[in-house]
Order: sequence, then structure tokens, then C-alpha cells
Amino acid sequence: MATLITFLYYLLVAFFAVGFIWNFRKSRNWQDEALYLIVLLPFLLRLFRLK
Amino acid sequence: MPDPVGLRKSILVAAFLLLFIFSGLSFYRSRHLKEPLVAGEGVLEVKKLSHYFPGLKGSINDANVYVLGHRAKGSTGGAALILGGSHPEEPAGRLAAWLIVENALVEDGRIFVIPTANPSASTATRLGGAYPPDYTIDTPWGRQTFRQGDRWSNPLDQWPDPEVYIHYPSRQQLAYMDIRNQNRTWPGRPNGTLTEKTCYAMTRLILSEKIDLVIDLHEAELQYPVISTIVAHQKGEDLAAMASMMISGEEGFNIGVEYSPVALRGLSHREIGDHTPAIPLLLETPEPFLDATRGKTDRELLLTGRDEFVMKAGRHGLLFEKLDEKGWPIDVRVGRHLSSIIQIFRVWSELNPDRAIVMENVPRYSEVIARGTGYYLKNPAESPTGRLFFE
Repeated sequence: MATLITFLYYLLVAFFAVGFIWNFRKSRNWQDEALYLIVLLPFLLRLFRLK
Repeated sequence: MPDPVGLRKSILVAAFLLLFIFSGLSFYRSRHLKEPLVAGEGVLEVKKLSHYFPGLKGSINDANVYVLGHRAKGSTGGAALILGGSHPEEPAGRLAAWLIVENALVEDGRIFVIPTANPSASTATRLGGAYPPDYTIDTPWGRQTFRQGDRWSNPLDQWPDPEVYIHYPSRQQLAYMDIRNQNRTWPGRPNGTLTEKTCYAMTRLILSEKIDLVIDLHEAELQYPVISTIVAHQKGEDLAAMASMMISGEEGFNIGVEYSPVALRGLSHREIGDHTPAIPLLLETPEPFLDATRGKTDRELLLTGRDEFVMKAGRHGLLFEKLDEKGWPIDVRVGRHLSSIIQIFRVWSELNPDRAIVMENVPRYSEVIARGTGYYLKNPAESPTGRLFFE
């Protein structure tokens, strides 16, 4: 069960990471763009199993 | 005319990549830092924990088990297991176990040492705790760097945590994150989490090697009442009390005795005593780095144990151990652990001459303070062939 939850969790992390990148591309406001990238950082660190 | 939005996004992406690469490299290096350990003359063989429980094979917690003994005498006498790094953020325990592996000579009995009892926990630091990733000990041949570590197994290795951790086999309800706390998951189980499997492997080791004594090395914050003490299972009360008197009389520092609470489950000093014939003892030294009221959480605080804010807490009567400008240097803490182990073995051997454990060439409290912990660390560059291991 833990393995399945972990797999789904990483899928969720990847989904949100892609969402932040998508929003960053679409955004025209520099504060929103910076915010999307800052929030993206821990998601990528987790996705790449660095932290 | 360049597109201003595109230019701005490019600059933001470049800054992001810089931050990601810098932080990612730092975390990667911290998690994968190799710590060299030179097996001393007393080490007869080095096993893996999976030798006792194959379910750990290939996992990060397949820890090294250093088996010390006397080559000619073989396995006469008693047997002890010394655990360092059950909580890797308590470095005196790991360093004391390290010095025993590198220096000890065993005249009678066998001593099993696991310097990093929870390797996974040694690869992470406290979330939100601003811990340094590592610390360095000065030696006569240079400097040796050790991972800082945390109290709990790395969430990268064991996840998710439950809403409530139900301890096996007592079914006592504990805090959710303590399912990753190696001192809440004894005696472990073969089909449990990584931390439970690690405890199970060590329980198998204790049973199959007929271990008499288990000494679990820890450190504690000064605002926690269980400090500067030996925590003993009821089977080891006499041993702990006599060792405490010997330490206080001969070693130059005082250490108390606490009895393992029967109702608090999962701890080494409770479950090992209840589930195996071995006597478990847990040693605590003071580590101001762990106190919640500490100031800057850096390497200096870790190694000197000197903090003005914790001292101020002491002036308000909030500490269970004294703290002054001298702090609690790492040499004092390592020395206390080593002298405590020496005296525990001595008392044990006097009480059980047929199961004696006689260890020599391990520095005592006064020697570690005089020369420093680093003096007793061996130079990996001068390690004899086949004697260099990595934690």
C-alpha cells in the first residue's frame, strides 16, 4: 500500500510541477512568474529525490 | 527590440536554475557523503545487517556491523552490541562508536558495533531546523567530515507517515513521525516499515549472536529531564547503578540512573529487554544544539555546545543539566560515552566472569578531553589494505 501511495504522490508532485511551469509560461505579471518558480523549487527537489 | 516579457522570463529561469542546481547539489552531496572508517586491529570481520535479516539487503539501512574480538580466543566470554547513530543528530554517540571500532582491542568476549544504526536518518537534516549538512573534526592528519543527520529516517526512504503511529506489537499510539524514529520502533517486524525492519534485523542479531548487553548511545537537550544518565531496563538496574557509582568515583564526572518506563513502548531500553535475553542500557549526554531555545544552529554550536540563549533558559531554572560559558564540547560528550562503556563492561565482567567482556585501548573521558576526539581518529590514507570502510 505504501508503495502505491508513494507512486501516486510522485505523480501528484509531477502534475503540480508541470502546472507551475505551464502557469509561468502563460503569466504576464513578473510577481506571479517569480512566485510560480519559487513554489516549483521544492516540487522539483522532491521529484528528483534530492530532498 | 527584444521582447521584454521573454527577456524577463529568461532572467527568472536562469535565477531559478542557479538556485535549483546549487540547492540540489548541496542536498545530493550531503546525502551521499562517504565517511571513511578504518577498522582497527580488534575488528575480526565486518558484516551487514542483512546477514541477520535478508529483507534489508539492498536498502540504505543495510548498515555495517563491526565484530570485535580476540583472534586467538575466538568467541569465549560474553557479547555486547554498541549502537551509535540511532539518532544521527546526536553525534557523540556515533563518534564514540567510531573510536571503539578504530581503536579497541578485545581481550575477552565479542563486541558488535554499529556506528550508524539508522543510515537513512544520517542522510537528512531536520526540516525547518536550519541544521548544517555536516560537521568536521580536526585530527593530527587533517580533518574528517561527518554527516549531520536527523532524529528520523529520511522521508525519501520511508514515506508516507500515518495519521497516528501504532507501535508493534504493543499497539500503543505514538506521534505520527515516530514511525521513522529508530528509538520508537523496537523490537521491529519483518514486514514493517524500513525503520521497523532495521530494528527487527538488530533484534535478530541480538538473538543469534547471544548478546548479553546492548548499549544505545544518545544525546539529549538540556530542557529534557532524561539527561546525563544511564536509562536501564529493570534487568540492568543493578549493573547500571554500580556502573554509575564507578563512573562518578573514578572517571571525573557524574552520571545518574533512570529506570525504563514500562508503559512507554518502542524504546531500545524497554523492548530489547522485554523481547530478548539481553540487558539494554541507553546513555544520554547533554547536547545544547537540540534545545528548542537555542540560537544560531550551526556547526560551532554542535561542536562546542555553547549557546547564550540556552544559558539564559538555565538562569530561569528551565534546564535539567548545568550550562555555563564552557558549554558542552564534543570531546566532553564523546569522553563521557567512552568512559561509561568502559565502566559498564568492567562491572559486567566482575558480576559475570564466565561472560566477561574485556576491552582495552579505548580512550577514557580525561584522555579525550586532553587530546581531542580527532586525535583518536585514524587516517584513511594510511589504512592497511582491506581495512577501510565507508559509513
